[in-house]
Amino acid sequence: MEEVNLLGIFISALLINNILLIRFLGLCSFFGVSGRIKASLGMSAAVFFVMTMASMVTWILYYYVLIPLQLEFLRTATFIIVIASLVQLEEIFMKKFFPGLYRALGVYLPLVTTNCAILAVAFLNIDYNFSFIRGLIYTWGVAAGYTIAIVLFSYIRERVELAPVPEPLKGYPISFFIAGLMSLSFLGFKGLFGL
Amino acid sequence: MIRWNEFTKGIIKENPVLILLLGLCPLLAVSATAINSLGMGIAVLFVLVGSNLVVSLFRKFIPDGVRIPVFIIIISTFVTVTDYLMAAYYPPLHKSLGVFVPLIVVNCIILGRAEVFAYRNNIFYSLLDALGMGLGFTLVITIIGMIRELLGSGTVFGLGNFVSYPALIMILPPGGFITIGFLIGVLNWYRQKYK
Repeated sequence: MEEVNLLGIFISALLINNILLIRFLGLCSFFGVSGRIKASLGMSAAVFFVMTMASMVTWILYYYVLIPLQLEFLRTATFIIVIASLVQLEEIFMKKFFPGLYRALGVYLPLVTTNCAILAVAFLNIDYNFSFIRGLIYTWGVAAGYTIAIVLFSYIRERVELAPVPEPLKGYPISFFIAGLMSLSFLGFKGLFGL
Repeated sequence: MIRWNEFTKGIIKENPVLILLLGLCPLLAVSATAINSLGMGIAVLFVLVGSNLVVSLFRKFIPDGVRIPVFIIIISTFVTVTDYLMAAYYPPLHKSLGVFVPLIVVNCIILGRAEVFAYRNNIFYSLLDALGMGLGFTLVITIIGMIRELLGSGTVFGLGNFVSYPALIMILPPGGFITIGFLIGVLNWYRQKYK
């Protein structure tokens, strides 16, 4: 991974290894909130905030606390608790200083805690041996990829609501097919820039 | 009088995957081969049984206000145990499941059962519930894995050669979406026809 430059990491996280469509992380929210475009935009913004904070804090915690104390086996427990408390903190912080933003994102913040994409990015930053800056760029790439996928998906879903879908396929099955087709088109980015 | 339906409900009637649509991330991500699916199913079953038993055992001592963090700590303990056991005894499986083993901690099925069932019922019924739900998950993920492996590479559990021209798309990410869409669609059709 060392010779891959920062732009490469960003593009790879954004398109080639899109977190939702290729890596299959964060699917619960993908199908849960994508019914309306406004909700998907809100969810993406919440994911962006929490993911940035979470991956920075967990990276520092892992390399400066867990490794010196040889407590690497506590990684899973530590990360999930850090993320859960971060979400709470951000909620309080936003309520106090950015009430407008809080009203827009408030409902989505608790949902983000159980979003596996957040925890996965924290783990992957460690597994790929990223430095702090690389980890941050990777995180932003993932968050941007999440936004692209979920917003496109909710546009398509709103159109399909009016389409004559066979009765047994209404609702979730047709959404899975749409996601499959989108995933197919994202596979087309494979090999871009020789990554 | 033993309520056996606590066991059987998880397999068909309240199947966590097909009916409740929980735990989608591992379901789609690791189901490209039958053996990976089975491994993931057993890992989830183990964590589910362990966490349901412990939550049920301590349900009188867990204060209501902090029950979710307590559940998360209990679950992440079992996930860490699973992670290290698998790394020690089945390294190839651990390698191919990758980040999805620690991610069992945010699998909504497990937290959901702790909250909805184990926190309110005695140990015996919690065990039955966990076994039923875990087997339901294992069954569905293994079936999806078998279908994808059969159509995608022509084998089942790495054996035999049933399809002469396998469709590579089935073991790539889009195949996962399409397979589960079909399964839910068929189930819906069956329920509408024989209600």
